[in-house]
Amino acid sequence: MGEDDDIVKEFLIESTENLDRLDRDLVEIEKDPSSKEILGSIFRTVHTIKGTTGFLGFSKLESLAHAGESLLGLLRDGKLSITPEITSALLALVDAVRGMLSAIESTGRDGDSDFAGLIETLRNLQESGVSPPVSKAQSEHASEVAPETAESPVPLGQILIQSGQVTDEEVATALAAQQAGDPRRLGEILVEQGAIPPSAVRAAVEEQGRTQALASAANTIRVDVGQLDKLMNLVGELVLARNQILQFSATQQDASLVNASQRLNLITTELQEGVMKTRMQPIDTVWNKLPRVVRDLAVASGKQVRVEMEGKDTDLDKTVIEAIKDPLTHVIRNAVDHGIETPRQRTAAGKPPEGRLFLRAYHEGGQVNIEISDDGAGIDLNRVKQKAIERGLITPEQAAVMREHETLNLVFLPGFSTAAKVTHVSGRGVGMDVVKTNIEKIGGALDVHSRLGEGTTLKIKIPLTLAIIPALIVSSAGDRYAIPQISLLELVRLEGDEARKGIENIHGAPVYRLRGNLLPLVYLSHELETNGIPRSGSQASGTARANFAAVNIVVVQADERQFGLVVDEVSDTEEIVVKPLGKHLKGIETFAGATIMGDGRVALILDVMGLARRSSVLSEARERALGDERIVAAGQVSEQHQTVLLFQGPDDGRMAVPLSLVTRLEEFSQSSIERMGSLEVVQYRGSILPLVRVAALLTERRRKPRFVPAKPSIVQDGTLQVVVYTSEQRSAGLVVDRILDIVEENMATLQPASREGIQGSIVVQGRVTEILDLEELIHTHAALHLPQRGITQAR
Amino acid sequence: LATGKQFLTFFVDYLYCGIEVEQVQEVLRYQEMTRVPLAPAVVRGLINLRGQIVTAIDLRRRLELSEAEKQHLPLNVVVRTDDARVSLLVDEIGDVVEVEEDTFERPPATLDRNTRALIRGVHKLSNRLMHVLDTQNVLNLEVETKGPGSGP
Repeated sequence: MGEDDDIVKEFLIESTENLDRLDRDLVEIEKDPSSKEILGSIFRTVHTIKGTTGFLGFSKLESLAHAGESLLGLLRDGKLSITPEITSALLALVDAVRGMLSAIESTGRDGDSDFAGLIETLRNLQESGVSPPVSKAQSEHASEVAPETAESPVPLGQILIQSGQVTDEEVATALAAQQAGDPRRLGEILVEQGAIPPSAVRAAVEEQGRTQALASAANTIRVDVGQLDKLMNLVGELVLARNQILQFSATQQDASLVNASQRLNLITTELQEGVMKTRMQPIDTVWNKLPRVVRDLAVASGKQVRVEMEGKDTDLDKTVIEAIKDPLTHVIRNAVDHGIETPRQRTAAGKPPEGRLFLRAYHEGGQVNIEISDDGAGIDLNRVKQKAIERGLITPEQAAVMREHETLNLVFLPGFSTAAKVTHVSGRGVGMDVVKTNIEKIGGALDVHSRLGEGTTLKIKIPLTLAIIPALIVSSAGDRYAIPQISLLELVRLEGDEARKGIENIHGAPVYRLRGNLLPLVYLSHELETNGIPRSGSQASGTARANFAAVNIVVVQADERQFGLVVDEVSDTEEIVVKPLGKHLKGIETFAGATIMGDGRVALILDVMGLARRSSVLSEARERALGDERIVAAGQVSEQHQTVLLFQGPDDGRMAVPLSLVTRLEEFSQSSIERMGSLEVVQYRGSILPLVRVAALLTERRRKPRFVPAKPSIVQDGTLQVVVYTSEQRSAGLVVDRILDIVEENMATLQPASREGIQGSIVVQGRVTEILDLEELIHTHAALHLPQRGITQAR
Repeated sequence: LATGKQFLTFFVDYLYCGIEVEQVQEVLRYQEMTRVPLAPAVVRGLINLRGQIVTAIDLRRRLELSEAEKQHLPLNVVVRTDDARVSLLVDEIGDVVEVEEDTFERPPATLDRNTRALIRGVHKLSNRLMHVLDTQNVLNLEVETKGPGSGP
């Protein structure tokens, strides 16, 4: 019995995978009806299901699969050609099989429905299309047999010959008959020729199946995710133990102990990476279901939609994959249902009748970006406003002053739906707000851009993994806290006079002027009531301000709003392993979890959204943001706007780089610079960071060779200001004379470049500023092609 | 063969308590804790139990006894619950004792109403009374005692 169960379980897992492939293949074949390869794959899948179900005694499922197989047989043999009706019927077959499989999973039986109607349809389709496009089918027939034989690891004929049951010649004649167009299989031909008994063929086919199964089983195994989680936990512990041993061995003189701990270090790191990798899955595991969804929807709504994908093999942690499945499907449905117009509307608008849905996924700065764009009607801002007023979400006065981006974000409000009519797909008002909530739950963010008549793009940013995230470690009132990097915008440190005078009050609410905009401040110790003062008191009167020596402000983003979190100390960014809090602490909204630090102690992970809610930054923001013209969240500026880092370049010139390319700003002392050949490098966070001087990068207008910087960019005390940026897995430090500011600029005014390596120039703060083309420079400058491996990993 | 039940015993302030050994995973010496701001006062903090994060419940506070002296470091009795492990902070660990059903008695009606839910009864040992804790109620902070604790 137990063994039977195992077989059934394996069958279920295997079949579910097979069905997913079928979905994909069927949508493919509709696009490319002549592809023998895809048809062959479909046929084999259905055939496998039929065979196994028969063996396991699920007769209803077997007869259904059989009907499908017969129809597919005709298609494969070219006696029928694919029509939309056939595809629909086959997709219905896939759904029916899926239903039966879940029935088997829960009850052990293949359900009560015998799908007589569907079987009938499948049969009728066989009848109706019997007039075959003969000539073509015959000519292609020969080539079609070959791949099938080639795919089997050992040809059937070979097995039979080896077992001595047939001769070479007999097989050769049979094969020749097949080549000549005989639709029967090799075994059938041989039996009919009287060369061997049917039982021998059956035995040989089984043998063939065994070798095939062995071949694929040798490379992969299935592992329970729980098992991987356990492994992940153990590796986490090992990392801690490793850290302690490293700390200890650093104080010892014993060379062999130091060596052994170094080795332990290396192995642990690789083990950690390896285990992480086992949990990674390509995003395609979610995406491959989407073409089917789109196809069904398009057929139902009389639209034509083409799905294109880029970055299918972008890896994500399994838990993240699970979490984005539903939101993603919803977004896709929305795009097809509301975004893309009917062929007639499209033609009238001068677009091709077929709509295009483009999915793109890529890694960026430890996160994964997913973009879903359509070339449909776009979002009508006026309709959005109108709807929001109707639903009482905003007032007409607010609507009048709302900017484009704010208006677009209204679609994420609960209870909002612009669909003129309620369809079975979407338009019930449970839509984008749920998508937004689900994405935010896993620490992601989303943003929408739309142009009326041209289409809509939804950009989703999600963490690579939920298990290990980069976070900033801060301390407040003697405790350490981790702030997830994803909600981090920038760090501001006020010293001396600034610390005393920089913070102002609006009737007791502390604010800081960040580049002209008022940034509300939240004192962490005050919010968490760790400073011994009940929160009901005014923040400004709190003791948190007693420390005037320096004020550390962590600028974070919660929802639409940014605010400054005032902490005692800012340490460093670290990769932390996220662990859930016990049920006793679930109700505290300011914490997202906890993590174990290198010294073995526990630190809490701050939930920035929760903090914002608690400190009422958010609720206030929701009311105010609608009317507030000035405050635009940094990450969400419209396409024309870009945030750039401003610095002083050679010859007192002003230059800037897009902030999105900058990882960190660092200062290195002159003495820490080492030379590697002609390269200047520094040791930085466990690896070697090549340094590049801005002057050396650019071609001078005057014809004076300047490869080596003529004037070292020393600011004071022999420190170098370095902009660290990362592109395509490699980092480099750009040495600049002085970092000036971070500003948001309208790139629409970009003037063409006057020299290489420059994107163009704009006017910032009344001065002409050249925008460095970092991407271009990375490709052209040899210094940046230094292989990037950690020092400790160099082998 | 003994038919009795085994209890791990410990002191919380002056109270001699016991819980069934089956519920106890392990006993640990004092562990450094990370306090959790805004948490109920009975939650003393989080400890790192071989890579797992475990909530530590202050039994003195839970049973509404007096606060321990600052320099006294509590010990951890780690108990298993359905969903996670929780550490109970106690003052001193006693022996594992084996008791028979017939020494058990329900708490007297005069026991403080608030703590009644947390103490299932006592076992009359030869020299003292062992309070049998209702771990489930002790760990369920919704089973209110007298209201909010005395603050962190």
